[in-house]
Amino acid sequence: MKKLSSIFLCVVMMLSFFGCGKDNTDSSTNSTSQNTNQSTETEIYFLNFKPEVSSVYEEIAAKYKEETGVTVKVVTAASDTYEQTLTSEVAKKDAPTIFQINGPIGYRKWANYCLDLSDTNLYSFLSDKSLAITQGNGVYGIPYVVEAYGIIYNDDIMDRYFELDDRQKKVNSVDEITNFENLRTVVEDMTKHKNTLEIDGVFASTSFSSGNSWRWNTHLANVPLYYEFKEAEGFDDPTLAGLGADEITFKYAENFKNIFDLYVNNSGTEKGLLGSKSIGDSMSEFALGKVAMVQNGTWAYKEIAGVEGNKVEEDDIGFLPIYTGVKGEEKQGLCIGTENYLAVNSKVSKGKQQASIDFLEWLFSSREGKKYVTEKLEFISPFNTFEDDELPEDPLSKETIRWMNRDGITSVPWIFTSFPSEVFKEELSSALLEYVQGQTDWTSVRKRTVDSWKNEK
Amino acid sequence: MHNNLKKQFPIFVLPTLAAFLIAFAIPFFMGIYLSLTEFTTITDASFVGVQNYMKAFSDNSFLSALWFTVRFTVVSVITVNIIAFTLAMILTKGLRGTNFFRTVFFMPNLIGGIVLGYIWQIIINGILQYAGVTITFDPKYGFLGLVVLTNWQLIGYMMIIYIAGIQNIPGDLIDASRVDGAGFFDTLKNVIIPMVMPSVTICLFLTLTNSFKLFDANLALTDGAPAGKTTMLALDIYKTFYGRIGYQGVGQAKAVVFFLIAALISLVQLGITRRKEVDV
Repeated sequence: MKKLSSIFLCVVMMLSFFGCGKDNTDSSTNSTSQNTNQSTETEIYFLNFKPEVSSVYEEIAAKYKEETGVTVKVVTAASDTYEQTLTSEVAKKDAPTIFQINGPIGYRKWANYCLDLSDTNLYSFLSDKSLAITQGNGVYGIPYVVEAYGIIYNDDIMDRYFELDDRQKKVNSVDEITNFENLRTVVEDMTKHKNTLEIDGVFASTSFSSGNSWRWNTHLANVPLYYEFKEAEGFDDPTLAGLGADEITFKYAENFKNIFDLYVNNSGTEKGLLGSKSIGDSMSEFALGKVAMVQNGTWAYKEIAGVEGNKVEEDDIGFLPIYTGVKGEEKQGLCIGTENYLAVNSKVSKGKQQASIDFLEWLFSSREGKKYVTEKLEFISPFNTFEDDELPEDPLSKETIRWMNRDGITSVPWIFTSFPSEVFKEELSSALLEYVQGQTDWTSVRKRTVDSWKNEK
Repeated sequence: MHNNLKKQFPIFVLPTLAAFLIAFAIPFFMGIYLSLTEFTTITDASFVGVQNYMKAFSDNSFLSALWFTVRFTVVSVITVNIIAFTLAMILTKGLRGTNFFRTVFFMPNLIGGIVLGYIWQIIINGILQYAGVTITFDPKYGFLGLVVLTNWQLIGYMMIIYIAGIQNIPGDLIDASRVDGAGFFDTLKNVIIPMVMPSVTICLFLTLTNSFKLFDANLALTDGAPAGKTTMLALDIYKTFYGRIGYQGVGQAKAVVFFLIAALISLVQLGITRRKEVDV
């Protein structure tokens, strides 16, 4: 018996040695073939930020290889870990050639790694040049998608509500929801009728589990701070005002409270349990028709459609702006902007830089590439290479375009790209969570936000 | 023969030495160097001196994480060792199913901390749900959750070490104490514990360092919530490193301080318990 087992162990050991040996030879042949092969000089490494479309990028890479023979390696960072992944990948010998920065603050961190793209066609494709991240005469980050967020609603439930006889009579259709007062009237009345409407609550869970609070500490906070920065004097636009602000007063904190209270008080989830909810939970509540509204953006359609047992029809998905009770908000539109800027690594070889630029230009201007962008990635693109009819077909993108083209409506830009740091956002979400759980009051939320902005600047 | 061995010595040492250099020595010294610089990635750094250390100590989150870690370590070292020792005593009595229970108690140790963290988060949230709250509601839930988790994970391992120690006690020593009329507690106090002191040394060392350096379970269970009040040192370092722009060096400085504290505590503990070990 003993003999047998020792023979067995020997075999296992030998096998494992073999295994290692084989791997080694494999990788060494690989690297030699790489050295002899010209195309490795131009191999592209794209570090993707959006996990929801990682498989599409794989397809694009395969297609590009087929057309041009150039290899594109696509690596996708797990949700919420892009900075970590980028930091470790960039330090490697085989560093990403194309990566993404999240705006002016992200550029500050990665400035040494961003190649000046001002002479590229890619930059010339941009319809609105002011969207790019620039410094001096250099262009370092180019946005590749325009996104929007607001309150997504389920029109089917809204219709059923407006058909009720005993509903309030002040606001009579979704189109009449043009300010916070009307939104509150409808939402609070819907909560009263939630049993008739067969919903758990009007709003989906205000998710606060770790990594899942960006809808509040970033997106929702964008609205009141936008109004504050808009009033700042001496700046061309609110984002610059945000970048220039060493301190904030959080003047519109009460407006933040308005909408935030409305979310949590009219939700199907108990306040104490919000700390364990994820965005996935909220989106599936919405997709299963358990709630009528959820705050999220254009990217969320894939998530809604992907939920098993999804009960929301494509045509029933609509978008409302986030109203907070600011004066004149009838003219406010969706929050439209981007935090997705492409940058080319300035520390890789010239050949790789050029190959990366070629790839991006192919993706955003060739017929094949554009097809992927609109149909598979479903991006509303900021480039003038796209014709008017080359737009994504998903309901949220269509709604976004509808809102963008409405007369007299001004979109809210994404000024949160000027928020000083992740720590600031985390502080805001902890304050919000404690407020929801009744452990602190709104005055302290406001104070902590103001203090942490000051500290993080 | 002896000469031969000397000649071959480098061949046998080389793999380990190389692994040690690559995986430990080089990163360690690079880390110390980086703590004195400002850097985005480890390949480009500019020297700034002790500025990072000053920032690290003026950061409230670091000190509060240190205090939380100390409290957590004290509690879990005591509970893990007492429970593990008790289990070891029971499972060396020759009861039926001893082997089965040893395996069962040891198994949690084989599961990774991240998985454990999420599993316990579900369990604890499932219980707290009846009170309408979650683990991130109050830092004391997070604290208790971490203690329970660490106990669950480490007890089995420590138990095995204690069992080995107890089984090594010569039977005649115990018999002799019985003949001399010692009761259970006398035997425990005067024979068993002094005889297993080497196991105590190693178990204390392992629990102390494991609890002090705990990261994965902390990240998965609470991620520092609420408001960073359940952040332990390792997690605080991680968050400093990635959460703020230009703070990578500060995170690194915190890591060096963290190493010094951990090394100091472990050395002191080893010194004290070693002195208590007896020779037979």
